[in-house]
Parts: sequence; structure tokens; C-alpha cells
Amino acid sequence: MKTRAMKFVKRLFAAALFAPVVAMAAGAALHLDKAPVSTDPAALQNGAKVFINYCLNCHSASFVRYNRLKDIGLSEDLIKDNLLFTADKIGEQMKIAMTRDNGKAWFGAAPPDLTLVARARSSEFGSGADWLYTYLRQFYRDPNRPTGWNNKVFENVGMPHVLWELQGDMVGHVEEKDDGHGGKIKEVSLELVKPGVQTTEEYDKTVADLVSFLVWMGEPMAEKRKSIGVIVLIFLAGLFVLSYALKKNYWKDIH
Amino acid sequence: MTTKSQALLNWVDERFPLTSTWKAHLSEYYAPKNFNFWYFFGSLALLVLVIQIVTGIFLVMHYKPDASLNASGVPVAFAAVEYIMRDVPGGWLIRYMHSTGASAFFVVVYLHMFRGLLYGSYRKPRELIWLFGVGIFLALMAEAFMGYLLPWGQMSFWGAQVIVNLFSAIPVIGPDLALVIRGDFVVSDATLNRFFSFHVIAVPLVLIGLVLAHIVALHEVGSNNPDGVEIKKKKDANGVPLDGIPFHPYYTVKDIVGVVGFLIVFSAVMFFAPEGGGYFLEYNNFLPADPLVTPPHIAPVWYFTPFYSLLRAVTYPLFGLDAKFWGVIAMGAGVVIFAFLPWLDRSPVKSIRYKGPIFKTALVLFVIIFFVLGYLGVQPPDNGGIKDRTTQICSVLYFAFFLLMPWYSKLDKCKPEPERVTS
Repeated sequence: MKTRAMKFVKRLFAAALFAPVVAMAAGAALHLDKAPVSTDPAALQNGAKVFINYCLNCHSASFVRYNRLKDIGLSEDLIKDNLLFTADKIGEQMKIAMTRDNGKAWFGAAPPDLTLVARARSSEFGSGADWLYTYLRQFYRDPNRPTGWNNKVFENVGMPHVLWELQGDMVGHVEEKDDGHGGKIKEVSLELVKPGVQTTEEYDKTVADLVSFLVWMGEPMAEKRKSIGVIVLIFLAGLFVLSYALKKNYWKDIH
Repeated sequence: MTTKSQALLNWVDERFPLTSTWKAHLSEYYAPKNFNFWYFFGSLALLVLVIQIVTGIFLVMHYKPDASLNASGVPVAFAAVEYIMRDVPGGWLIRYMHSTGASAFFVVVYLHMFRGLLYGSYRKPRELIWLFGVGIFLALMAEAFMGYLLPWGQMSFWGAQVIVNLFSAIPVIGPDLALVIRGDFVVSDATLNRFFSFHVIAVPLVLIGLVLAHIVALHEVGSNNPDGVEIKKKKDANGVPLDGIPFHPYYTVKDIVGVVGFLIVFSAVMFFAPEGGGYFLEYNNFLPADPLVTPPHIAPVWYFTPFYSLLRAVTYPLFGLDAKFWGVIAMGAGVVIFAFLPWLDRSPVKSIRYKGPIFKTALVLFVIIFFVLGYLGVQPPDNGGIKDRTTQICSVLYFAFFLLMPWYSKLDKCKPEPERVTS
């Protein structure tokens, strides 16, 4: 019954698989470091602390309620006493006092809400976490910018280097290179000229924790989703065996 | 059956054709016994339709089609989706079912259509089934397109902007038509509200009506099968086709296996990769719609990309009308041309099993071209480079598959069809 047509179809799909091997045009490639994203509660709690202390003044996370932080192992009292800066009640969302108009006037662009930033920043160059992890570690001093800071991943970014005390001062050596098509590309190599409070390893860990928190915040139900998924798949696998046996039994007299 | 329940059934049957409908469509609807893997996708399409409607009902309970900004400066519609994802109990599951369901719908429907191509299911006497099916496909595209605006993300907004602008390329009525579709000069709150209305009421009603017509027409003429022979030609003394078996229970129990198999794949995607690698939920759509910031690259969702490629393939103005108009015509024609298949295929046999090498080659090429066009549709254009040229060549071949079919299907050396189905 299934011999010829199935073989034919299999060949067809095999052919289709190899079809889209069309040369990719070389675009402006972005080199991102792989972010060591963690789901460990300690890392997420440290990330939450960094986020609330350093980011949540200009950026909101307006879809996240403070009491959601209980999901990463923080107690209600702990949240109330240490993290509840921008709201009065623990059920409130992480909003900020700065208006969007003020943000725009002060920074050139209103600082975006960060709830979904880890999902939105995904691209063909890497995950959103990779982007954030690289971005937050590649600020450098640039006297031509109004904030005094520039960034290797996000050129002419409006945000100053908020974590500079931790990381220290980076200087960017800018080199203009020929891109092979008659244009110029700017290549920046970074050098740490004045160490911060943290060593490079410590700073990388801080950023990794912050990024892990941002990833968690983008989809707080992600771990629950996966654990439910395992149960659902096991159930369906069992159901598949039963339904197949049922079908076999009904069809035993059909030839 | 006890006499009481029999009496109740009689009471109903005297007033409503319950037993006769059950018999005509299930217990005494005789389907060919040789259905294979490809025959799962019809019932699966119905299953996905039900999934979409049921999850849609729950989403509408919490979603707000409102483009105005809330206190945090986020559009209400966008915030409503995140509210469903975070604060509505089980909301994330319902939403992921709906978003994964949209892509699953197209996967299933494309495979269902491919089955039609494989076994000539569109051939006489099943032309109307096929036409209703093309209608379903068109309605489904409209449904998906309008639904995609509702999360009000960057891709929602700019995708709608690009597609609605296409209508303005139509001579004379175009600009006014685009205005009517948007309800405004730009995609705005008015657009969001009318798309919402169409997405939850108008198009689903049309879809359900067409699905009903599709099934009624199918049950009138009977199902085709992988051998492409008519089982109604050989009947026993009772008028039952010799190669037919009652749909219920045989195909109901078989379709349950298909349903569970499908749900395994569906759940694997929904629970472990709901973004579908950025193809089911595009990354840019996690940013709220911003009319002032155009994304660097606007790509439609994967299921539209083969047709989007046809649109982009046309780069020459013709008869004083600009290329954009002809692109729109090419895209529309690329979808509608499926409707003509029953009259384009002149082969003496229906099934690929008995068709000759020319048709087989043409179908293989068509599938490859469909994938290549789909791939190129998500890529940014390269200004007449290798990708754009490939798109153009593939587009010509796409239409050649249909337009040359009357000749090559006739020329082909086919094998004789068997008298009865083979097992």
C-alpha cells in the first residue's frame, strides 16, 4: 500500500531539505558572546537585586508584579523590606516615576520597558540573552557622546554605562577598515584602563546573573511550561500506545 | 438498546434526522479501506480549527483591542497579551496553544493540499470539494493575517502596514480600498478594532460554513484514495462498495491515532519551543507597535512567505502600471491558481502511483520551489543579487507547474489504473 508513493514522497522531502542552500549575503555581522544563562535561584535573586538597584530607575518592567519574585525563591517580607522601591504594595507592577516624555528629553529616547527585552533582542546572531550579556560588558568611554559613553554592540546608545563603577573604565580603540565594497566599517577594540570595584570575572558573573534575571522575567512561566510539557508528553505517549492498540483491534478483519 | 431510550430516539427521529445523519456521515459512510498517512490531515485540520476556536473564546475574555497607551506608555492591546501570559491563570497555555495552533493550521493544511496533488483528489467528480477547499485556504490566510495584528507588536503593526498598502497599488480604487481596510490613513486603533471584529466573528463564520460545505460535498461523492480509483464502481448486493469500510468505527479509531500523534508533535513545540525559533512568534513582535520606528527588515510569518516571494519577484512595470501592482497580481494569482487544478490536469489517471515520470518530476520540482520561495521570503531582498534572481526564476517555474500542466499531464506515459484498490 505505502511502498511506491511513500518512497517517492520521502525522496521528495529529502530533495526539498537540501534545496534552500542559497548563499547568504554577508551583512554586518554582530559577534555576540554566549551568555551563561542560569535558572539557579541564587543567581536569579542576585540578578533581581542588580536589576532593581541599577535598572529600575529609568527602565520599567511594567508587566511584572513584585510578588512574582516569590517564584525565584524570595519571601514576601524580603521583597517588601529590600526590593519594593517603586511601589507601595507587593501586588503592584514594577513601574517607574519617570515619564516617557522626560526620558525622551533626557536620554534622546525613552528608556524601553525591559520586561520582554530578552525575548525581543533575539536575532540570527544569537539569543536575546547573548545580546544583553555582550552589550552590558562592552561600554567604552567616548567624549563625543553626550553621556560620555558609547557601546560596541549598540553604537551611539542613549544609555550611559550604569554599571561602570563595578566594571571600571573601558577605552575603545577605533579603527576604520575597508569593508571590501568601497565602504568603511568601524572596528572597536576595548581595553580596560581602570579596574572597577569588581574584577573582570566578578563583573561577568554580575552581568550573567542580571541577564539570567531578564530572561526569567521575559517568560517567568518558562520552567513550569517545560515541566508540564514533560508530563503531557508522557501521557500522550501512553495514549498513543492505547489508541494504536485500539485501532489494530478494530482493523484486524480488514484486509 | 432499552425500549425507553429507543422510544426517545424515535421521538427525535420523527422531528430531526438524527439517526439518518449519523448513518449518512459516519456509520454508513463508506470510505476506501486503503487510506494512508496522508489521509490524517483532513481530520487534523478540523481538530486545529476546534483548538483555535476554543482557545480563541478564552483569549477574547481577557484581550482588549485598544491601541491607546496605558499609564506605562505601552499600548493596551500589547499589555493585554502580556496580562494573559502572566496574570491570567493558565493564560500562557491558552495563548501558546493559539499561537502554535496558527502555525499548526498551515502545516496541516499544506500537507492536506499536498495529498490532493499526490492522488488527484481535485479531479472529477470532486471539483467542488477542491473549490471549497481553496476557499477555506483563502479564508484561513485572511484569518491569520488579521489575527497577527492583534498582539500589536512591531511585526504585527508593520506587517499589516505593508500588506494593506499593497491594496493601494490597485488602479483607480486602490487608495480608497486601502483606506476602507484600515479605517484610517495609517494602521491605527480603527484598524485594530475592525481586524479584531473580522478575526473573531466574520472570518470564522465563513470558515465554518466552507468547512461544512467541503465535508457535505465530500460525503456526496465519496472519498478519493491513494490509488485514485472510484470505489463506488464495484458494489456488493447491498450497494456497499467492495473496497469501502464504514467511516465509524474504522476511521474514527484510526483518526484517534493520528490525533494523538499530532498532539505529541504539537505539544513538543508548544511546551518546549513556543517561539518556533522566531518563526511562530517573531522576536520583533515582543516590542510594542511603534509607528515611528520601522524595523530594519519586515518579514511575514513563515506560512505566507512563498506567496510573499511571488510578490517580490515582480520588479518590472508593465502596461503603464507599476511593478507593485503586478506583484500583487502575482501573489493573488499564486494562491487562486490552485482553484483551476481540476481543469489543468488532463492526465488519464488520478494518482501519482500511476502517473508518468513527467508529472512526478514536475511535482518534485514544485515542492522544492515552494520551499525555496518560502525560504527566500523571510530573507531581506538583495537588490537584484543571487537571491532576487533565484526568487524570479522560482516564481516563473511555480506558475509553469500549473500553466503547462494541460500539456505535460497529457503527454505523460501513465501506467494503467487497477480495477480495485491495492492494499
